[in-house]
Amino acid sequence: MDGLLPELEVLRKDFPILSRTLADGFPLVYLDSANTSQKPQVVIDAMVDHLERHNANVARAMHQIGAESSAAFEEARDKVATFLNAPSRDEVIFTKNASEGLNLVANTLAWAKGELSVGEGDEIVITEMEHHSNIVPWQLLAERTGARLRWFGLTEDGALDLSNIDDLLNERTKVVSLTWVSNMLGTVNPVRQIADRAHQVGALVVVDAAQAVPQMPVDVVASGADFVGFTGHKVTGPTGIGVLWGRRQVLEQLPPFLGGGEMIATVAMERSTYADIPHKFEAGTPPIVEAVGLGVAVDYLSAIGMDNVKAHEQAITGYALEGLASIGGLRVLGPRTVGNGGERGGAISFEIEGIHPHDVSQVLDSRGIAVRAGHHCAKPAHKRFGVQSSTRASSYLYTTPAEIDALVDGLEYTKKYFRMS
Amino acid sequence: MTTQNLDSLYQEIILDHYKNPLHAGLREPFEAEVHHVNPTCGDEVTLRVHLSGSDDRAVIDDVSYDAEGCSISQAATSVMSDLVIGKTVPEALALHEQFLDMMQGRGGVEPDEEALEDGVAFAGVAKFPARVKCALLSWMAWKDATSRIIGELGNKEQP
Ligand SMILES: Cc1ncc(COP(=O)(O)O)c(C=O)c1O
Repeated sequence: MDGLLPELEVLRKDFPILSRTLADGFPLVYLDSANTSQKPQVVIDAMVDHLERHNANVARAMHQIGAESSAAFEEARDKVATFLNAPSRDEVIFTKNASEGLNLVANTLAWAKGELSVGEGDEIVITEMEHHSNIVPWQLLAERTGARLRWFGLTEDGALDLSNIDDLLNERTKVVSLTWVSNMLGTVNPVRQIADRAHQVGALVVVDAAQAVPQMPVDVVASGADFVGFTGHKVTGPTGIGVLWGRRQVLEQLPPFLGGGEMIATVAMERSTYADIPHKFEAGTPPIVEAVGLGVAVDYLSAIGMDNVKAHEQAITGYALEGLASIGGLRVLGPRTVGNGGERGGAISFEIEGIHPHDVSQVLDSRGIAVRAGHHCAKPAHKRFGVQSSTRASSYLYTTPAEIDALVDGLEYTKKYFRMS
Repeated sequence: MTTQNLDSLYQEIILDHYKNPLHAGLREPFEAEVHHVNPTCGDEVTLRVHLSGSDDRAVIDDVSYDAEGCSISQAATSVMSDLVIGKTVPEALALHEQFLDMMQGRGGVEPDEEALEDGVAFAGVAKFPARVKCALLSWMAWKDATSRIIGELGNKEQP
């Protein structure tokens, strides 16, 4: 199979959990990486080492280990900046996860004055394929400011319907926020094209890259966006940390998000002045050991090469789509092929006639195969395709063709179990 | 989880109710209609209750519903409606309580087949904590609808 990472069996040894055996002696077949990725030993070790040897608070501890901890934390920021090709490390803000990054933008826009302020008569544009994390903050912004929320619809094959783009993006549009790669449909959106159009009408562009950063090279400058957010736990890093990259000029214009320690320049009882970016947006003790883990995670991915990760994902996803197509009564929601330019991400949601996704995942689980069942935090997209929920299999750099075979066999077994074949 | 366990979850009775649900469809007359959702998985039920009166001795004349969800939640709705139709409200509440005890007993509660009838098939579900809420969704909807008709019901609360 073309495009697979070389020495996959060796690479898999980097991930201790992948050698687990589950009930009845079935080996773990982890196909839920769009939910959260597994962690390589180097990430786990770096976090343990930090806790064992360098643990101290950052910025405010004057002693030697405080300096070590601060250096490790800020070094993680450098690594992430390099990984994203950010023009400046100061544009990289550590958050708790992708959701917090999106809320940071939506909330500070609600409070912004002047050029960035959002109010009645303004419009906010999202899409019907967004994760709830990229819907609800914008609904809140609309409610808080009186602005109107609008969205791109979807075509039958799961792409954005751009036919009314001239109507949707107009002089009233203040913000456009969209996902780069859909966590449900696997669609890869034309972010650059939409960003350019949005900028022509003077709108800000926010990109939810929670599913993009794990699977493909992301260059925040080339994306054309003003903000790009992702979450650490989907890029082989730990939970509890996310990243929001923003263009310096915009970040400097926005008011602070949370108030507290670290985000100030000086505090008097009457008023305070704020630190420069990125610290202006990082109130309180940050997720230090998580940042250290994330820094090592993006280095791990870079060492493998994001182009290679992408090629692997494409190969495995193509193979999985072929396998799923062989199963009678199974319908894939979203693009059914990978496409030459790699227009498809690794999340594959599907339904099987007559068997509810929960029952599918339960039977697969009895064979050690971990998938996700439900609405995957994308209820509107499910509704668009006339389903309430789906089963989702999602691969990553450690997924093997044999695991896809196990999935296909498991699905045939599921059909037999429920007497659907 | 073993295949044996899987079979204890998906009892024949459950699969039968799933494929041929009893009392399905929304009917008139009814005094209350409720819509309950399981937010984690998206299972939904719209459920109507028709009582013969509005005091707490009222007989449940009909429970009708439109449900979407997994085999466990669908079958539970079918079994629940069949169990409670024709009973008085206090009798149905007592059944609800027994069912809850069984579901929350992690497989350790010996169910009373005489009382719960096909409901005993859900004893295996109790061993799958993630699925317990599937089996309880329609019971909660029924209780909610009934209390809207006759006021607060004296039954122990869901955890
Ligand atoms: C597309 C997308 N956006 C946002 C999120 C939210 O990420 P988190 O829960 O880490 O904030 C996810 C993952 O759950 C996602 O897939």
